[in-house]
Amino acid sequence: MSAVAIETKGLGKSYELGLSRRGYGTLRESMVEAAKGSLGRLTGRHRKRSEGDTLWALRDLSLTIERGEVVGLIGHNGAGKSTLLKILSRIVEPTAGWADVTGRTGSLLEVGTGFHPELTGRENIFLNGAILGMRRAEIRQRFDEIVAFAEIERFLDTPVKRYSSGMSVRLAFAVAAHLEPEILLVDEVLAVGDAAFQRKSLGKMNEVAEAGRTVIFVSHNLAILQALCQRGVLLERGRMVADAPVGEAIDGYLRTLERAAGGDLLERTDRDSRAYDESLISRVEVRDAEGGLADTVVAGRAAKIVVEVTEVLPMMECRLTILNTLGHPVATLDSEVPAPVDVRDSSLGPRIECDIDALPLLPGRYRIDVLLKGKRQIQDGLQAAAFFDVEPGVLADRPTPISGADGDVVLPHSWRLPS
Amino acid sequence: MSTETVERPIAEGMPEAAPPPETIRLKPTGGFGRVLSPRELWRYRDLAFQIAARDVTVRYRQTALGAVWAILQPVGFMVVFSLFFGRVAGVSSDGLPYALFSLAALVPWTYFANTLLLGSESLVANSSLVAKIYFPRIFMPAGVLAAGFLDLGISLVILFAIVLIYGFVPSVAVLFLPVLVLIMVAAGLGVTAGLSAVNVRYRDVRYVIPFAIQMWLFATPIAYPSSLISEPWRTLSAVNPMVGVVEGFRWATLGTGDAPWELIGVSAISALVLLIAGLAYFDRVERSFADFI
Repeated sequence: MSAVAIETKGLGKSYELGLSRRGYGTLRESMVEAAKGSLGRLTGRHRKRSEGDTLWALRDLSLTIERGEVVGLIGHNGAGKSTLLKILSRIVEPTAGWADVTGRTGSLLEVGTGFHPELTGRENIFLNGAILGMRRAEIRQRFDEIVAFAEIERFLDTPVKRYSSGMSVRLAFAVAAHLEPEILLVDEVLAVGDAAFQRKSLGKMNEVAEAGRTVIFVSHNLAILQALCQRGVLLERGRMVADAPVGEAIDGYLRTLERAAGGDLLERTDRDSRAYDESLISRVEVRDAEGGLADTVVAGRAAKIVVEVTEVLPMMECRLTILNTLGHPVATLDSEVPAPVDVRDSSLGPRIECDIDALPLLPGRYRIDVLLKGKRQIQDGLQAAAFFDVEPGVLADRPTPISGADGDVVLPHSWRLPS
Repeated sequence: MSTETVERPIAEGMPEAAPPPETIRLKPTGGFGRVLSPRELWRYRDLAFQIAARDVTVRYRQTALGAVWAILQPVGFMVVFSLFFGRVAGVSSDGLPYALFSLAALVPWTYFANTLLLGSESLVANSSLVAKIYFPRIFMPAGVLAAGFLDLGISLVILFAIVLIYGFVPSVAVLFLPVLVLIMVAAGLGVTAGLSAVNVRYRDVRYVIPFAIQMWLFATPIAYPSSLISEPWRTLSAVNPMVGVVEGFRWATLGTGDAPWELIGVSAISALVLLIAGLAYFDRVERSFADFI
């Protein structure tokens, strides 16, 4: 059986720039704008709103998704993935083109949206279910299942404000996971709860995918996408650049990541949207402390990660996340968690250095996400700011396995064996 | 977003029991016709109920006095008005006990003022929902009006108790109360829908509302009788829909005097105009809420 679940043609969404940062304005601003406009027309200095003032978050997307397909949307921040999901779930209206959606649509754009802290777990299940589009009878039917999945039986009649954050996240996911729409839109919601719950959630998602429902996934975790999806759609700056089996689309994405990391970081537009931009990340480099090639380090040897920035601000902090090829985080290095060995040096110039004594990573390719803070604010954030290769080496007198090892890290260790 | 249904041939071998899934076409729209789609409202009826239930539950659970507030507000105003307007200023009350005269007007007014205040904030207060989930947005202001009925009911009970204590017996005119409530809800929905939508774009609304409500209170014959105004201005003043509602409430609950038909009639028309204008504006801008909120 093959029928079309989603079909889009020339779909696009544009935003007027200047409004994008803070959506709402005040009446005064609008009046001033209007006055400026008419004054401009009078004096002949009126600037016409040009194409340059418009940002296309999604542009000219034509896509057909068959019923039962599980599709992963891949792309940088701001590539248009969330915009597409928002259009398909009817939250925002497209500016151009159209999309035909056949069947009931459920969207999981953020776990726990609409939870009310004053209401009990029981009341929130019904409220949240209704918000996600479930009929009351359906919720009643699945109620026990939801409660069991969330593991909150004892707290059903406790207001959610007294729940631990883990509990409320579990409950929210449980409600969402028991939604049974024909089309499910999922945006980065699997990264909740502890490891055991994540595994359970992933299993549930797998079930949903195998039950013949149409699913569109957005996740930065490429391993999850690879495991769940057959097809990958790669978006870049609002345009579709690849529509292929998920493995190929992921490879394409990794290539664009590397290209972006190789170019001038200051020219990148996919920066953290919360950032203040007073100081920007201009260059990120990983070096073997004992010399050698740039962006190549040897396992077990000292490594240095250098982040160059445009401006030195008071109270600068930096967080580096090292991820493996599939986008799975391996380690986080955070200067905001201080240690006595940390130094603040006024002669350093506009750069931040992070030293690792003995790099405990398996040979392979890794990337670094950088978050820069200053004046207690996020100043800049870049995903995949640099890539580096780890060459086989020796850690604590033991050679790193060259191939066939699971995981991403090597631990210094010793054995006692019978003889 | 338009919700025109596109016929699509169903794949063969579909189980007959399952209704064919309908196709919704999402595309840029202009003009009207979103919010007033009965089909959409019906589809999301459970959510409407849940939102209203949430508003009621939360309000009664969060406040220490709960239902007492429903009574305290109109009764408090009644005491203050009786002292200052009734006693000190000696404002006429059409021959009725001043306390009763003002309370009969304060009960509908309290509902109207509270729903206006909460309703105009409803979209912004639920911005996370509006930004993340699709549902007919009109449920937010409409839910506030629906949730207000509980308070209105409680204060009506108190009003009738006091009416009886004063020795008045409501006449058959009391049957006209639902019509008056309907006029009030129509006007309230029109105004709150319009203001909640403006509030999404211009947060100034939040500062204007409390002030506007106070002005509106004095523009409505609550502390004074409309008979103080000479014709034709008296009838004309009923373009403020609360004029007809408030004078109607006095007539219907106290069972005295002549029915203020001309006031009720003008107010009903005015409420209808406000309702249509408010919903039409809401409908026009609804599609862009998630872009701005």
